Amino acid sequence: MELDKRDVVTGRPTTGHEWNGIEELETPIPRVVFFFLGTAFVFSLICWMLYPTWPLIWTYTKGMLGTDQKQVVAVQVEDAALSRATWTSEIEKKSYAEIEADPALMRSVKETGHTLFGDNCAACHGVNATGGAGFPNLAAKAWLWGDGSPEALEETIRVGINSTNDDTRTSQMLAFGHDGMLPTDQIEAVVAYVRSLSSLEPAGDAKRIEAGKQVFAANCVACHGEDAKGKRDVGAPDLTDANWLYGSDAQSVFTTVYSGRQGHMPNWAARLSPLDIKILTVYVHTLEKKPQ
Amino acid sequence: MISRLTLSERQLALGVLLFLGIIGLAMAAAGRNDPLGGQGFIVLLFSVGLAFYVMSGYFAPEPDESRLASYYDDPTKVGIVLAMFWAVIGMAMGVWVAALLAWPELTFVDQAWASFGRLRPVHTSGVIFGFGGNALIATSFHVLQRTSRARLPDQFSPWFVLIGYNLFCIVAASGYLMGITQSKEYAEPEWYADIWLVIVWVVYFLIYLRTLARRKEPHIYVANWYYMAFILVVAVLHIVNNLAVPVSFSHAKSYSLFSGVQDAMTEWWYGHNAVAFFLTSGFLGMMYYYLPKRAGRPIFSYRLSIISFWGITFLYMWAGSHHLHYTALPQWVQTLGMTFSVMLLVPSWASAGNALATLNGAWHKVRDDATLRFMMVAAVFYGLSTFEGSFMAIRPVNSLSHYTDWTIGHVHAGALGWVAMITFGSIYALVPWLWKREAMYSPRLVEVHFWLALAGTIVYVFSMWNSGIIQGLMWRTYNDSGTLAYSFVDSLEAMHPYYIARTFGGLLFLAGAVVGTFNVLKTITLARHESATAAEPDMPAIPATSAVQAGE
Repeated sequence: MELDKRDVVTGRPTTGHEWNGIEELETPIPRVVFFFLGTAFVFSLICWMLYPTWPLIWTYTKGMLGTDQKQVVAVQVEDAALSRATWTSEIEKKSYAEIEADPALMRSVKETGHTLFGDNCAACHGVNATGGAGFPNLAAKAWLWGDGSPEALEETIRVGINSTNDDTRTSQMLAFGHDGMLPTDQIEAVVAYVRSLSSLEPAGDAKRIEAGKQVFAANCVACHGEDAKGKRDVGAPDLTDANWLYGSDAQSVFTTVYSGRQGHMPNWAARLSPLDIKILTVYVHTLEKKPQ
Repeated sequence: MISRLTLSERQLALGVLLFLGIIGLAMAAAGRNDPLGGQGFIVLLFSVGLAFYVMSGYFAPEPDESRLASYYDDPTKVGIVLAMFWAVIGMAMGVWVAALLAWPELTFVDQAWASFGRLRPVHTSGVIFGFGGNALIATSFHVLQRTSRARLPDQFSPWFVLIGYNLFCIVAASGYLMGITQSKEYAEPEWYADIWLVIVWVVYFLIYLRTLARRKEPHIYVANWYYMAFILVVAVLHIVNNLAVPVSFSHAKSYSLFSGVQDAMTEWWYGHNAVAFFLTSGFLGMMYYYLPKRAGRPIFSYRLSIISFWGITFLYMWAGSHHLHYTALPQWVQTLGMTFSVMLLVPSWASAGNALATLNGAWHKVRDDATLRFMMVAAVFYGLSTFEGSFMAIRPVNSLSHYTDWTIGHVHAGALGWVAMITFGSIYALVPWLWKREAMYSPRLVEVHFWLALAGTIVYVFSMWNSGIIQGLMWRTYNDSGTLAYSFVDSLEAMHPYYIARTFGGLLFLAGAVVGTFNVLKTITLARHESATAAEPDMPAIPATSAVQAGE
């Protein structure tokens, strides 16, 4: 060990050890390190005094501020509800017509509805409520259930469709081909007929469409009605309009008739408060109409 | 490589591989109705393949005693190549999962294994354990021998550690793709892989103790303290966090001994100390050897390295609860975690400062030498991310940053900027020394790698800072009606451009790793083709007569 060995660059002494050519300088610890260590410790000490910190055997030091994060949250939630109550209480009291006639209230509904819809409904119906394959376009206002009144919308949101709610709306398109109720040629005929109703078969085979009409009359009218305009009390869609939940091309319609369909909408009563459901109802009811 | 082993070491290797093969077969048979069976086949194939390799050199003549006069570097050499291999795999996975977040349809195949949830742990384990772990094992064997002036105690156990560890990594990564996970972040592998890692790790620690016991230096160099803290504490963390009861010996699934908030606290005590002792202590050990060595400068302050070591070791242990701010975890644990995280900044910066001040008198080398610049930038990023970490651990700050991409940015400032940079710097220093060459195959490519890595890190970290802070602010913005102004989907849309930028940053970093791997492999092949140069033999500075073998 060479105790008085010095580094040529800094002139500082080394510790005298050397490992595979590496030496260490005998530099004292810079004062600033102790300063910051002290500062950080004082900061910690203050925190320890103010907040719950040190475990004792059966309890812990509560801190001079006496804060409890659970209580803090409870108070914040309560305060937030209180400040919202200025308009939410109006929503709760008023009828749908009254709410929609009140521009100030509608501004709050639009703002809150956007977030509620985005966090709960957009996953299926899209951020702009325009839907997608298998999920209805709400902005098209081509309702499957009810007359499109706020009350009917509220009921759908509340109980869902084919959901776990006891009062759920229930509907099912039967699997006519898969379950052997119709042979393939009849399915093709009825597909051609249904598509012709919305002028999707301009060059269609008139004989086949006629045959399809017979099949339709024998199998489909119970739900979709003789005029094929659907029945909104059983969730059967209007087949004469331009809205197609599962696609309008021949293959998609064939799949619908062959394999059946059964969409689902969750039981929102189990998740959203009546107030939230009411806000969402107004929000959806007053969506700007965007045809598909 | 086999010819360098003694006959008894070859027999031992075959014996262990036979035993492993039987374990693999038993797993495959018992778990035939479970993903465990697939894991068993992997273990079996691994052991049989390696056994063939050992047998191919079994009848080679035994090495002579002269080997004992020099250090044993074969495992280090293989470890470096494995580290680079895992770097490319792990980072490529990272780019893929980053791209999946920007374009979710990029799964390519509609298969469960290609889903984000299974690919993501392959990325994290691939880079942390595959790349980082192999680099730590490889460099620790190198540093340990040099700074102790003693050869490794035997030739079998370092291979057992290196190969056994990689078996763990392979079982872990393939298991994730099969859907096997404990659902504990950074501790996803199931019970059988965890038990195997414990065995490997104990042997690793014993190598350290056995070599240090025979050291020819009066003092233990600071790099070895850090490496030992890494090995010892990771063992403790791993064992406690993975305490679990398997459903049965024929099932991969197990249930943790902890539940609820205790489970969460155990997990983040583990998780944060994995950052501390795997990704910090271990790599500080690397830094304390390769940086002064490459710079040709003495360590700035011996005292500073001591207080930083004990500061880091003592304070980190308390900090894990800052991962659980504002959760069901009792508030007193959160306050403790926060305050210790803040105090932790001081020894962290002392370490970073010690590294940078060591470069005083060598800054011209930093300018000219990309290898040393890698290490310098690593020290800067170490300082940066430890500051950020302490800052984010403060509860009110955390209420903004928690669950946002800011955390991801912070992790990558550490992982890319600090861990990967110090590793690449060390490997670029180490490879020419080990393969007895003047320099890397292409110093220009080292330069290219440096700029790719730096650019990639900066693009990545900045995009995640932006994304994270925007996210955090959107999640807490109220409108006039007292409702949160943005839905989650709104914040997701706002993040999209940053996700694309992040993927690009990751791609740059990956490109750097590919360039580096090419450069390393090229250096090795060049060294093999040229006859051994007259380079100074790298031997313990002791007379050959004084045995360095175990049992002296």
